[in-house]
Amino acid sequence: MYLYDEIDQRIVNERVQQFREQTRRYLAGALSADEFRPLRLQNGLYVERHAPMLRIAIPYGLLSSVQLRKLAHVARTYDRGYGHFSTRQNLQLNWPSMERVPDILAELAQVQMHAIQTSGSCVRNTTTDHFAGVAPDEIVDSFVWCELIRQWSTLHPEFAYLPRKFKIAVSGSAADRAATWVHDIGLHAQRAVRGMADAEPGEVGFRVIVGGGLGRTPIIGHAIREFLPWRHLLSYLDAILRVYNRYGRRDNKYKARIKILVKELTPAVFAQKVEEEWSQLRDGPSTLIEDEVKRIESRFTRPAYAALQAGNPLVEAMLAADEAFASWHRRNVHPHKVPGYAAVTLSLKRSGAAPGDASAEQMDAIAGLAERYSFGELRVSHEQNLILADVRASDLHALWREIRPLGLATPNIGLLTNIIACPGGDFCSLANARSIPVAQAVQRRFDDLDYLHDIGELDLNISGCMNSCGHHHVGHIGILGVDKQGEEYYQVSIGGAQGAHASLGRVIGPAFSQEQVPEVIEKLIEVYLGQRDSEQERFIDTVRRIGIEPFRDYVYESHHQTPRRSARQLAAA
Amino acid sequence: MSRIIRHRAVVQDNWQLLEQDRAGSLPFAGDVIVPAALWMRERAALSFRLGRIGLWLDTNADPGPLAPDLPRFGVIAVRFASATDGRGYTLARLLRERHAYRGELRAIGEVLHDQLFYLWRCGFDAFALRADQDAQQALAAFDAFSEAYQGSVERPEPLFRRRAQSKAPQRPA
Repeated sequence: MYLYDEIDQRIVNERVQQFREQTRRYLAGALSADEFRPLRLQNGLYVERHAPMLRIAIPYGLLSSVQLRKLAHVARTYDRGYGHFSTRQNLQLNWPSMERVPDILAELAQVQMHAIQTSGSCVRNTTTDHFAGVAPDEIVDSFVWCELIRQWSTLHPEFAYLPRKFKIAVSGSAADRAATWVHDIGLHAQRAVRGMADAEPGEVGFRVIVGGGLGRTPIIGHAIREFLPWRHLLSYLDAILRVYNRYGRRDNKYKARIKILVKELTPAVFAQKVEEEWSQLRDGPSTLIEDEVKRIESRFTRPAYAALQAGNPLVEAMLAADEAFASWHRRNVHPHKVPGYAAVTLSLKRSGAAPGDASAEQMDAIAGLAERYSFGELRVSHEQNLILADVRASDLHALWREIRPLGLATPNIGLLTNIIACPGGDFCSLANARSIPVAQAVQRRFDDLDYLHDIGELDLNISGCMNSCGHHHVGHIGILGVDKQGEEYYQVSIGGAQGAHASLGRVIGPAFSQEQVPEVIEKLIEVYLGQRDSEQERFIDTVRRIGIEPFRDYVYESHHQTPRRSARQLAAA
Repeated sequence: MSRIIRHRAVVQDNWQLLEQDRAGSLPFAGDVIVPAALWMRERAALSFRLGRIGLWLDTNADPGPLAPDLPRFGVIAVRFASATDGRGYTLARLLRERHAYRGELRAIGEVLHDQLFYLWRCGFDAFALRADQDAQQALAAFDAFSEAYQGSVERPEPLFRRRAQSKAPQRPA
């Protein structure tokens, strides 16, 4: 955890006071609804379908047990006893009352939390790899850089009224688990190799990607700089934001994201404008200094790992003896760079649950688990699960036995039912269609764990509208809620992917009704199982190899025919 | 005459704002703020007037071509057509930091209480608030925060540099 110092705390406290005063003026009629709007948004407060929605920042997804208990307390005291972990590693409360939001923010400030810039046309919460600091393939610990960016972006006076929202993601490992290619800015932290200009070998720097994004116009970003030495990080961000702030479109909110500017100028011209601006800012006061990086590093608490052996005979024995434990271990336990430790995903995707939702009781229980098993810290993943990042391998079985009754042990990470979904039309006023009932119907349809494991790795992402909060474009299967003459319909795409080989899915054809969706997924799976060249070939690989046509043809024509063997038989074959 | 905030105090102001299409009615004396286009077109004539000249910029203005003239203006007024137009903030920093403009920099148009803090940090030192705003009450906005992470016009060194300096050992005298 990054621990605030006196100044960090003071800024957050003063923000609470500022918003309390703004809310007071709004409620007294001194501020109009239109004037209050940007102010409340920059404090995470939306006015939604049923009630206000408050989005609480969980900077780069890192959370302590103390903070999670506070979130549980807030959910219980000011809301209906649960919260929703979003794809941006934040927590959303769906039922707070506007009058009490300043009190909620004051409670959060007590545990070094806030809702600053979780909404509005400003720089939002920076996201990163949920395995930062523990992944074996890590090159650079991204948390330190995320915190530096958090401080730079917090109350930045020049960039509070951008043309549109602005999201930055940082990855520090070979595998990109932070979706950096579909962000306004994606940063790949890496180390310089011999022969690089302007950098010593081993020095940290960043590949800078701009103009990616999902939403109405999904675009994979463009790398405008292959290696930016760390000391220039903030001045370069200033340069990008400044070009965007000056030239981004403000006449049409659907064309206002930076990706449209990059596309209209072309990435090369955009990059040139950034470099011109940066040539004026370079080596100026925003240039980072080593003292500061060290200071931030030293304010992070670090787990005091014990010296352990890599292999654990007890775990091996339990894996051999207990198939249910083994199946959970295969999917929800992840390698750790320290011998004898593992990272564990607590799945918030059990069958029938709204993806990402957690009750206050679950939060309290998880806070206790984190204290007992993982140094009192946890992370939120952009797949809307919680992670205990530092669990002793010898504790895994005990942990598993504790989380089963809590409904947190569904062994489905990376599988079809680990669905990413936005809150959808049940809660969100932007949505065309509901997401949660669709996710639940699919989870029920694929409730058979053996079948689920046979299908193998598959990302299913659901968004209730074009804003794409459920990241449907980068789902191996993506589902998008659309509105057809007032009816909710669902468009299905396949072939999307996140990570280092990010790609955008293609729509297979006309949209389906809500009832048809599970059936359509089943048919896509049937084609995959019939066509895959081995069990190693994942759904996405098969789509890439044979194209979407066989899938499309089968889905739209198969009501005439019956497959010779059912999918379940194929899977077992 | 109107009341504006200048240097964190409410004061009377004598500048007249000249609308674009009223160039013909330019008074011969008195302090006027003229649109940038008019200045570019009639620079010489305007220089013979009695009274000071101020420059009116819209938020999308490019300050580059005006840079050599900047010392001649008694005020530069940046007009916000909307309270959420962020371009004026960048424009102010460019005028102050890149083009070294030292005169009065005034925010006009949709200027509301809650924008003042960031506007001030970006280099504005005068504010003609929208008519319905309570200028006296709005002065509180300047003190909303006692610290800031980033460098800005009013305090160019970012917090991390100031921290590092305060930590550095003192040289013996």
